[in-house]
Amino acid sequence: MDLDSTYNDKVVRQFTIMTVVWGVVGMLVGLYIAAELIWPGLSFEQPWLTYSRLRPLHTNAVIFAFGGCGLIGTSYYVVQRTCHVRLAFTRLAAFTFWGWQLVIVLAAITLPMGITQSKEYAELEWPIDLLIAVVWVAYAIVFFGTIGRRRVKHIYVANWFYGAFILTIAVLHIFNNLAIPVSLTKSYVIYTGVVDAMVQWWYGHNAVGFFLTAGFLGMMYYFVPKQANRPIYSYRLSVVHFWALIAIYMWAGPHHLHYTSLPDWAQSIGMVFSLILLAPSWGGMINGIMTLSGAWHKLRTDPIIKFMIVSLSFYGMSTFEGPMMSIKTVNALSHYTDWTIGHVHSGALGWVAMMTIGSLYCMLPRLYNKESMYSTRLIDVHFWTSTIGVVLYAVSMWISGINQGLMWRALNDDGTLTYSFIETVKFTYPYYGIRLLGGLVFFSGMLIMVYNVYRTVRSVEPQPVAVIEPAGA
Amino acid sequence: MSSAWAWYVFVGTVVSILACFWLIMFSKRQGPSPDEIAGSEAHVWDEDIRELNNPLPRWWLWMFIGTLIWSIGYLIYYPGLVVVDGVAKWSQVAQYEAEMAAAEERYAPLFERFSAMDVEALVNDPQAMSLGSSLFANYCAQCHGSSAQGAPGFPNLTDEEWLWGGEPAQIEQAILKGRNAVMPALGPALGGESEVTAMVEYVKSMQDGQDTSSPAHAKYMMLCIACHGPTGNGNPIFGAPNLANDIWLYGSSDTVIRKTIMEGRNGVMPAHEALIGPDRARILAAYVYSLSR
Repeated sequence: MDLDSTYNDKVVRQFTIMTVVWGVVGMLVGLYIAAELIWPGLSFEQPWLTYSRLRPLHTNAVIFAFGGCGLIGTSYYVVQRTCHVRLAFTRLAAFTFWGWQLVIVLAAITLPMGITQSKEYAELEWPIDLLIAVVWVAYAIVFFGTIGRRRVKHIYVANWFYGAFILTIAVLHIFNNLAIPVSLTKSYVIYTGVVDAMVQWWYGHNAVGFFLTAGFLGMMYYFVPKQANRPIYSYRLSVVHFWALIAIYMWAGPHHLHYTSLPDWAQSIGMVFSLILLAPSWGGMINGIMTLSGAWHKLRTDPIIKFMIVSLSFYGMSTFEGPMMSIKTVNALSHYTDWTIGHVHSGALGWVAMMTIGSLYCMLPRLYNKESMYSTRLIDVHFWTSTIGVVLYAVSMWISGINQGLMWRALNDDGTLTYSFIETVKFTYPYYGIRLLGGLVFFSGMLIMVYNVYRTVRSVEPQPVAVIEPAGA
Repeated sequence: MSSAWAWYVFVGTVVSILACFWLIMFSKRQGPSPDEIAGSEAHVWDEDIRELNNPLPRWWLWMFIGTLIWSIGYLIYYPGLVVVDGVAKWSQVAQYEAEMAAAEERYAPLFERFSAMDVEALVNDPQAMSLGSSLFANYCAQCHGSSAQGAPGFPNLTDEEWLWGGEPAQIEQAILKGRNAVMPALGPALGGESEVTAMVEYVKSMQDGQDTSSPAHAKYMMLCIACHGPTGNGNPIFGAPNLANDIWLYGSSDTVIRKTIMEGRNGVMPAHEALIGPDRARILAAYVYSLSR
């Protein structure tokens, strides 16, 4: 068979397997630091085992290694199928895989060593940042190159979201990481003071908006209709919520800096646009859920659909919670508490991870010429561990976080604080235990996934899949 | 901020909100004609992926419009449009100052009653001691511990041992102005490894009397005597600890004592005058004074 008449699924398979691997690694590190918050002695007085060094390793691993491999892998899969053409630039695509893995390995080495820029979610030092930029530009060339070669006139909605995610992450990554190197492992960011803080959260919140939201909406827009075998509910809704989402998200960063030295007007704009974001965010949830509507009977037999519907529900809940938390009066209570951690994880585990897991279960058999995964029963078990895990995690952090906020501001009749700081720490202890339990349950599901994936792909020699002719061609 | 940047932000903000309105109008104008639905359904990707073209859900649309209208109101009322102040003339600094002034007005009378009382009198006043306990939990417990028994590097306040003196005036001074204790690094001055080891042994055993036969004794009388005194009793003027008892600020193990001698120590008690003012400081001093009695 002519190479151009088949899909490039090799690179998709590579990214897909590594998504599972990095998911396990990233969540394991998360479990460890959750345990350290209960038993600080777990760092064994080794600097590289301390919470402060492992926490960025956890966030980088789950966002950029697990999430990143999932996004790049599925985008390569989706763009080929919806453009009816082989992925452009086969060797460049291979480079993006190996380049991205190198970035992850370098992160896993340097972060525990304490080599960091000290910018949240942008800790990696300048040589790695340069490598990321190169890999990302290559990724953009492969993705948009494929779009350019498409054999259908209309670009499918999933590709709009993937495209916006790729372009914006390039801009965010480059501008936030502008720095002057002083050695191979040390640099100084060019921004100072409150400008640095603002640029950091412009980046930080849009990492949520474009990496963790737009990218995964792209995934949702392909795999939900595919798995449910139902048409997308509303093209019009996808147009409106796409443009509103990508225009408005850009402004939301300042809500991370309420009641700081950031000027009042910037805080106001950040809060206002965060609230406007509610409707555009929910547009994606409505389109996803209404697409599944009519396929409800499949919930009884198809745990992949269950992953997707619960994922969309967590998406809707998190994107409601986020705008609420950006309101200054609410933020004055929630900021710096575990509520934020709970919010992040209901998005990261509930929405991002569950959509990724569902999509992987949908895509994997097709990549290995199989009808389905090795065991549907195990997918169902994985679904329940994931759901119970997220609920335990989010609920424990809500209780812990809201009480932290209330205890920090409680006053005695004489104007002094009712609680000393250590009393609030003591209060959170049992909830940190429940959080760890939730994490363990979620993680156990990932191990089940590893087994299921292994049994599905082992001793399979994947055959190339022919590019499908466009309808009406 | 220069006015050009202010206008830049203003235009960007307003255009973004208006663009959302335009997007809504644009999508409404293009009503769902049957042709269009058919046309859209004609798109098929990857064999079976299709799109319907249902109208935007009403409730969703009104929620979107509602947040947009609300935002305009918010940006007019609060600072947000940059080129003009908000109608409310609100600022977070003003909010902070107003809340602090209100607190001062509310709580000042509580403390006034005690302003004429000296420390001895405060110690015997249950209400003052209750206030002192709250103040201690807020300002002191972070370092000295909730039970005031200290931690390595932070003195125990419940015993009879005082680095800077335990009289009420001295305690009050420490709270208001803070304290800075410096133990210089004496490793190089002592000589080699065996001299340091000898000094560690010498210091450790001082509570049982000075070992004048130790080779470290002469070094002590030369290097340490100025602050810790000839018999190791310390000096409250410098905050130099008494070495002739079994109380150890940084710890009593060989490793810790060696580190203290080799690298020195910097003990810092921060000044609290600007933070809590004289009335609260005196009540706090009385409370701390009461702990050791």
